[in-house]
Amino acid sequence: MILVYTEINKGKVKKASLEAVNYATKIAELTGSSVTAIAINADAAQLEEIGKAGAQKILSVKNDALSSLDSMLISAAVQQAVKAEGAKIIIFSFDITGKAVAPRLSARLKAGLVAGAVDFPIVNGQSLEVKKNVFSGKATAIYSINSEVKIISLLPNSFPVKLGDNTSTVVDFAVDLNGINSKIIIKEKKSTDVAGMVPLPEAELVVSAGRGLKGPENWGMVEELAKALNATTACSRPVADMHWRPHHEHVGQTGVAIRPNLYIAIGISGAIQHLAGVNGSKTIVVINTDKEAPFFKSADYGIVGDAFTIVPKLLEAVKKFKANQN
Amino acid sequence: MKILVPISNVPDTTTKIAFTNGDTEFNTAGVQFIINPYDEWYALVRALELKEAGKAEKVTVIHVGLAESDATIRKAFALGADDGVRIDAEGPDAYFVAEQISRYAQENGYELIMAGKETISYNGSSVGAMIAGFMDLPLISLATKFELEGNKATVEHDVDGGTQIVEAELPLVISCSKGMAEQRIPNMKGIMSARTKPLTVIAASASDKLTNIKSYTLSAGRTTCKMIDEDHMDELVNLLHTEAKVI
Repeated sequence: MILVYTEINKGKVKKASLEAVNYATKIAELTGSSVTAIAINADAAQLEEIGKAGAQKILSVKNDALSSLDSMLISAAVQQAVKAEGAKIIIFSFDITGKAVAPRLSARLKAGLVAGAVDFPIVNGQSLEVKKNVFSGKATAIYSINSEVKIISLLPNSFPVKLGDNTSTVVDFAVDLNGINSKIIIKEKKSTDVAGMVPLPEAELVVSAGRGLKGPENWGMVEELAKALNATTACSRPVADMHWRPHHEHVGQTGVAIRPNLYIAIGISGAIQHLAGVNGSKTIVVINTDKEAPFFKSADYGIVGDAFTIVPKLLEAVKKFKANQN
Repeated sequence: MKILVPISNVPDTTTKIAFTNGDTEFNTAGVQFIINPYDEWYALVRALELKEAGKAEKVTVIHVGLAESDATIRKAFALGADDGVRIDAEGPDAYFVAEQISRYAQENGYELIMAGKETISYNGSSVGAMIAGFMDLPLISLATKFELEGNKATVEHDVDGGTQIVEAELPLVISCSKGMAEQRIPNMKGIMSARTKPLTVIAASASDKLTNIKSYTLSAGRTTCKMIDEDHMDELVNLLHTEAKVI
């Protein structure tokens, strides 16, 4: 039996969780097994969505303490589900919760973990062989998980979400959190969400800009282009360090690592530290005045020239395209 | 209160990656190794700041690896770490490394463990959370600010869609991200004292080997970049739609 962890964020099942359910469903096919999802504080519509993603059984856990997403409590809840269901493979998304919970569970259950899988595993006898990125995307490695219980966390945006008919059975599942005293008290929350914009880690289209824009007052055209494409804005490290843009927009090795379908880089030279955070993008467009900018070597489409004349032209072309589509 | 900082020995970011022995091993020939940046810039430097502010008595760095890592451990000494421990084993995976470190932390009474959020070599983001799992301690992940008053930590950390400020009492495990501290350059005094600071080498204890790497493949670079004239933005949009199929 394969257990997959799912999570609700802002009233919806997280896209990364639906990807994880799809992934678990495929592994169930490969191993001749079935998929049970664990859902934390999900309502009927959200449970339906998890069913559509392929879960055959859903353990619905209602427990206010778990809404803090404290990794110690979530890990305890998942561990109880693993025991109750006799799960041998446990799937997480390699997102903020998955990065905190999957390794803890690995330690607690003596279960081999591959963190950040990018493809479906290959079944080799009692082992699973799983591919993941290493050396910040410069290479991939095939890991063999040899333990009896196995954990895989899936890198978000590795596969598009597929939804089908809901054939799941929902079962209420009570977890016992007595004796698990994490003692982490939440004092304050600050949202970095921008209304109408998909958060960066989940974004499929990203428009990013760097020092080439010369100053924060010039970001209007970047925001306009992002809006026209329904994309999310991002920036390079120097721009975040100079406080031209907020820290949470910084993509790169020390910032957020992303892998959207489209990454448009405006006035970013393409230092290796920046590439490490974006080289998983499916398509990369680079706009730079310097034709020798290293980023062109990692791009699919390049435009050499001044961003201040190119971006308005690109914006116009995008608007025309969108108008024709409607 | 003593702080333990696990450090990883990783190839410098600009390293050209290559593999050997039928693509089953990372080729270390000619590779410049450094302290994993997240371990150094954020975890270690913040730990040193806490000690300098009188909030901790000692900062120990710990590493699981072979003797070739000693130079990297001494770089941590040059930055200001008081002493170091090397567990003499080639860590096959994060589980092994985390179990070795957690045993040492438990036996030697460390109340605060500050780990980097991930390594730039294997990118698993796992060791900090696994140590918390082995020691049955709370974890605050992706910390960007950390303050300590007596036994009480106030931590700002990244969550989905924003950040939150939390309070927790020691003992704790923290995984550290950008914002915790500013990168430091070792001074001459630090460099001079690095050679004589105590580096204890201990044998690894028995641990399970749950995963292993079978092979590596270099990522295929992008073959060609199609250059487009700035006056042909309609063409670019068309290519993104029909060729790349991303809009």
